[in-house]
Amino acid sequence: MKAILALEDGTVFRGEAFGAPGEVAGEVIFNTSMTGYQEILTDPSYRGQIVVMTYPLIGNYGVNRADVESAKPQAEGFVVRALSPIASNWRHEETLEGWLKAQGTPAIQGIDTRALTILLRVKGALKGVLSTMDLDEKRAVEKARNSPGLIGRDLVKEVTCKEIHPWPESPASKRFKVVAIDCGMKHNIPRMLTQAGCQVLVAPATVSVKQILDLKPDSLFLSNGPGDPEGMPYLVSTVRECVGTLPIFGICLGHQILGLALGGKTYKLKFGHHGANHPVLDVRTGRVEITAQNHGFSVDPASIPSGDVEMTHLNLNDKTCEGMRHKKDPVFSVQYHPEASPGPHDAHHHFQRFMKMMETGKPV
Amino acid sequence: MPKRTDIKKILIIGSGPIIIGQACEFDYSGTQACKALKEEGYSVVLINSNPATIMTDPEFADRTYIEPITVEVLEKIIDRERPDALLPTLGGQTGLNVAIQLAEAGILERYGVEMIGANAEAIRKAEDRQLFKETMLSIGLSLPFSGVAHTLMEARAAADRIGFPVVIRPAFTLGGTGGGIAYNWEELDRIAEAGLGLSMASEVLIEESVEGWKEFELEVMRDRKDNAVIVCSIENFDPMGIHTGDSITVAPTQTLTDRELQAMRNDAIAVIRAIGVETGGSNIQFAVDPKTGRRVIIEMNPRVSRSSALASKATGFPIAKIAAKLAVGYTLDELPNDITQKTPACFEPTLDYCVVKIPRWAFEKFPGADTTLTVQMKSVGEVMAIGRTFKEALQKGIRSLEIGRYGLGADGKDQPLEPQELKRKLRVPNAERLFAIRQGILAGMPTEELQQLTRIDPWFLEEIRQIVELEQELASEDDVGQADAALLFKAKQFGFSDRQLSFLWGKSEGEIRKHRIGLGIRPLFYLVDTCAAEFESYTPYYYSTYEQPAVGLSVHSPFDSAGHPEPFGKLRAGSVEGERPAQGERPKRIMILGGGPNRIGQGIEFDYCCVHAVFALREAGYQTIMVNSNPETVSTDYDTADRLYFEPLTLEDVLNIVDEERPDGVILQLGGQTPLNLALSLEKEGVPIIGTSPVAIDRAEDRKKFSELIDELSLRQPPNGTAMAVEEALKIARTIGFPVLVRPSYVLGGRAMEIVYDEESLRGYMARAVGVSPKRPILVDKFLEDAIEVDVDLIADGKSAVIGGILEHVEQAGVHSGDAAMVLPPHTLPKPVLDEIRRASRRLAQALNVLGLMNIQFAVKENRVYVLEVNPRASRTIPFVSKAIHVPLAKLAAKVMTGTSLAQLGFTKEVELLFTSVKESVFPFSRFFGVDIILGPEMKSTGEVMGIDVSFGLAYAKSQIAAYQRLPLGGTVFVSVKDADKPFIPPIARRLVELGFKLVSTRGTAEVLRKQGIPVDEVMKIHEGRPHVLDFLRDSRVDLIINTPAGKATKEDETKIRSMAVARGIPCVTTIQGARAIATGIGSLLKEGLSVCSLQEWHEKVPLRVKSEK
Repeated sequence: MKAILALEDGTVFRGEAFGAPGEVAGEVIFNTSMTGYQEILTDPSYRGQIVVMTYPLIGNYGVNRADVESAKPQAEGFVVRALSPIASNWRHEETLEGWLKAQGTPAIQGIDTRALTILLRVKGALKGVLSTMDLDEKRAVEKARNSPGLIGRDLVKEVTCKEIHPWPESPASKRFKVVAIDCGMKHNIPRMLTQAGCQVLVAPATVSVKQILDLKPDSLFLSNGPGDPEGMPYLVSTVRECVGTLPIFGICLGHQILGLALGGKTYKLKFGHHGANHPVLDVRTGRVEITAQNHGFSVDPASIPSGDVEMTHLNLNDKTCEGMRHKKDPVFSVQYHPEASPGPHDAHHHFQRFMKMMETGKPV
Repeated sequence: MPKRTDIKKILIIGSGPIIIGQACEFDYSGTQACKALKEEGYSVVLINSNPATIMTDPEFADRTYIEPITVEVLEKIIDRERPDALLPTLGGQTGLNVAIQLAEAGILERYGVEMIGANAEAIRKAEDRQLFKETMLSIGLSLPFSGVAHTLMEARAAADRIGFPVVIRPAFTLGGTGGGIAYNWEELDRIAEAGLGLSMASEVLIEESVEGWKEFELEVMRDRKDNAVIVCSIENFDPMGIHTGDSITVAPTQTLTDRELQAMRNDAIAVIRAIGVETGGSNIQFAVDPKTGRRVIIEMNPRVSRSSALASKATGFPIAKIAAKLAVGYTLDELPNDITQKTPACFEPTLDYCVVKIPRWAFEKFPGADTTLTVQMKSVGEVMAIGRTFKEALQKGIRSLEIGRYGLGADGKDQPLEPQELKRKLRVPNAERLFAIRQGILAGMPTEELQQLTRIDPWFLEEIRQIVELEQELASEDDVGQADAALLFKAKQFGFSDRQLSFLWGKSEGEIRKHRIGLGIRPLFYLVDTCAAEFESYTPYYYSTYEQPAVGLSVHSPFDSAGHPEPFGKLRAGSVEGERPAQGERPKRIMILGGGPNRIGQGIEFDYCCVHAVFALREAGYQTIMVNSNPETVSTDYDTADRLYFEPLTLEDVLNIVDEERPDGVILQLGGQTPLNLALSLEKEGVPIIGTSPVAIDRAEDRKKFSELIDELSLRQPPNGTAMAVEEALKIARTIGFPVLVRPSYVLGGRAMEIVYDEESLRGYMARAVGVSPKRPILVDKFLEDAIEVDVDLIADGKSAVIGGILEHVEQAGVHSGDAAMVLPPHTLPKPVLDEIRRASRRLAQALNVLGLMNIQFAVKENRVYVLEVNPRASRTIPFVSKAIHVPLAKLAAKVMTGTSLAQLGFTKEVELLFTSVKESVFPFSRFFGVDIILGPEMKSTGEVMGIDVSFGLAYAKSQIAAYQRLPLGGTVFVSVKDADKPFIPPIARRLVELGFKLVSTRGTAEVLRKQGIPVDEVMKIHEGRPHVLDFLRDSRVDLIINTPAGKATKEDETKIRSMAVARGIPCVTTIQGARAIATGIGSLLKEGLSVCSLQEWHEKVPLRVKSEK
């Protein structure tokens, strides 16, 4: 079956459909990880986006139940050069194709993903439509142009949980109680928090300060999530009130929300950071960690008015801010993904850092 | 952390001659390291016995010692040079082993030399199996169950505990030498005994067999701040049980989930930390149980390896260069990524293509060798291919091999196999297994069955199935005209060559090409950029692929560096990524075709010449384009040429590049026979070939035309004829008389060349020869017995010809020039003979209108000079000669080809030499157990060494030591020569006795010696009873063997003697001339001792004859 991917600039890629039939719109971004397509597809941060894998051979090892980051694929659509017709791995339970079909995610293969990647690099992320239903190219380009895009859009409300609940694998006997605000939290985050010694209570993004404090937590965690941080002023103000009251640790969107809560600004990157090979310098130790990243917006550290916040981590590729800390209050955040999944585990230690912050109640 | 200022002078150890398991990848890494360290202002002292390397060019180090790589020699060098540091991790296993020996002998401590990169303790931890095991267990990694043995008894006990099958691995050996898998006690005894003998530490590891498991490799780099990155992940197509050097390997991994890959990454980083490789790269190998995912660590190389060279080429990350900079104190984040320029080297490359490496074997050279692939490496070279899919890369890789295949089948070359034979070929790993898989699929075997037989992962098998199924679909199209563009396009995406399509569709390759281009189906050239296009790249390192263009993209739109993609154009057929519109006049472009995979007869020497041409042409202001498929080479380093195409060297692939690059000149004569074979076809397509014309090349290579030329010039040649059939060959032989030398025309390395003594053998040869070189006749030459052979390398500019060097062979004519030891200048030939050789050489150059290099082989018998052969191209000896005479012949040749005269270059006279250089060959016999080691017209050596000294004796002695002959200075010599040699042996024997040796002979030789009054002990031949000669050898009571092969009668005995010599590492001389030379060498060594001298110092003694170059 044929499929097309049409971009707002008028470029149309013709390929073969796989996965579920359908038509989706989203911001088209590329991910440079060579493995981990299952984790990527199920990462709620990809809501509103059509993901292009730069590595051409995808689906080789199939999919399994253990490697998901949320209950289902979250990306709007999936774009690959060559889908493997079979899956080969001792843990595989299904083929990628079968799984996407069952989960309702449309996908396209056989297109020149390198040309597409270069296009996105040069022009920046573009709005696009992936369709297996309507192959009229002009119409598809129109639809892409008319699609909402990400700017100012609150996509978190589509992926956050409905109510406060304990993370199922996280017993109450743990040393610290953490309220984790779920903006589309990847499963590996509460898993790692639990491993580090936390009882995790998951709260929706709309949770109030009172609700948080009523739970008498030792700290607040802000998760990753999709879309533009400026699209969710309610959460920014919640976090602002908590600074100084609770120790706070934020990851990815959580880091951006924290940046806004501290009075700073965020801006959209040209095509974002989506991959598993980003070098990040810890400016305090001089050590570099290879990190997993997935974000389209970034915090401008210079915009944070108070002199109390310092940048702790720097992306060595483009010198953007990858982490910050409050000098007086126990608050820190990283733009990248210490929980990895997919990607290198170099940054796991931030969970220990979080533990230390709760132990001491001091900035780390 | 900035670079260290407390060290100033650094000693680098090269890897010595090319042997199986240690090829030109170490020239690539060593050259990078030398460049990197000199760039940082360090003084570099280099030792390498291999003259065919770029790294031993005098400008790459401050002091270059072309000397044997032994502890004794290194101590002398250290004493002279007093380096502050030793970098042991770039010279392969050779470098590592000798560094350890230097440390253990206390020499490094005595002279205050610091080991940088990896220290002795780290090397020991990685190389000593027991220490390695303990270290791995201490960090919680699992290993195959195992035991260490120092005796056969211990080996048996360990095998009993673990259970068969077990793997036996000798400690401290290279490429798995002496290793094997034992399924029973008998095999255990045999392999363990050999392994104990080969191991430097008399130690073997007996290990649980993980044969059939999945095999993975990670390339890790670490710096002084403990930053660690994985440069590349590699998955072996062939499962465990086949040495990784003999496995098809693929980058990146294909069948691991991220979770599994990251766990492996964590292990790898833990390993490099625990072993303590402070800075630099390591290769770490894992096995994974395909059923359970259990992961065990197999081994760790605490150094740059063959896989690191592959990883560098596969990713664009220059591991050796970065390793050298890390060793002197830089950290990864301080070093830039050359390709993107803006991002640091501290990152992990990400690929948006698939890389396939395929080994190349040379079993045809060693009849009788066991061709089964095991844990001991047997391949002599490799190719790498890049495609957007595994299918494309695999087929490109197969046609890069130059084994007469243009992809996976579709060429009518696979004979259908009987089911039993097919199953055997699938089950027992062998060089042709890929093709057997295709046959299995054609025979209807399901993937499960193929997987059970081969234990290759189903994902790979499924990819091959797709290729085979498309082949069948293509074959069902009757006519190319009717096949639609979509199908043809799909075939190209699957890597099918025009040649395969021409077979399937019954058209000529040219017709397919024309049709394809007519349909607008042309390849794109995409960049290898380390980052999957995330960042703009500045290094023009390309591979070809076929991609479906997007609608609306114009030709340059996505690639426009200005960032303003154009609105829609039409089909984007044929374009080179990153190509910017020329501003002003485009510099002239010269394209150089490389030599492809290393093989016996065509190796590093040709890469050396190509690289020199690049350097010279750059200097002259040209833009250089390199095309090659060999990942081990300096030529395929992205910063060697201005533009690099990592592509197969076939007509189709070369023409595709020519179409895009439109070079002003293409050089064919430097890459060996590979590019030369394309000469006529390329010329027909209008490609501007520079240098000696293809017509002249043909005249020299076509035996008939050549013969006419010799007659025309009134030169002498052995009586000869050209035969198309058996009867014709017999007729010629009868006319000119036996013995005759027979061979196909247009071959390299003496492929299928034989000396035939009677009609029966000639019939046999002709029967076998069919198919060696189809459409090309067999040449029959009178064989000149006991003649001296001479090689001449010369350079000509169309007007004048200047001799680079005249090399006299040590062994008699009939030993292939690639295998013979050679002396420069000649040490026995009289001046009138040499003058006649000079005259003949110049006349030939003139007649063929040579533009560039030419090699001529002569035979001298009774002071009469015969022309044997002319090669109108760079020869294997060019690097050796260039180093000896201090004139960069290949560089000059490149300049000559672009129109500069020799007079302008200042090279007008043959160089007079004040010292002697000897080239000796190195053989892979220890890899091919039971294969006889005698030398003949078929080349068998893999590499060479150079010995330089003031006299022939000393230079020859050095060359022997460098070639890993344990040159004895006393002890017992076993002498047994054929009757024809008996008159010549007494003076040699007497000399040895004078030098203090004791002689032992079998009856015939002993009688001859006794008659001359030379003391000799007699030992029984094998059939005469015991204790016989083999018992004698087995007890290592012999230090040197002189054994020249006789006829068939005693052949069995001799073969056993020589095999034993190989197994026990006893130096064995198989020619009378070699015996004479070795006696002279030992004499000189005893009298004068061994001293060392750098190439730069030798060259001061030879005034440079060429105008100095910038």
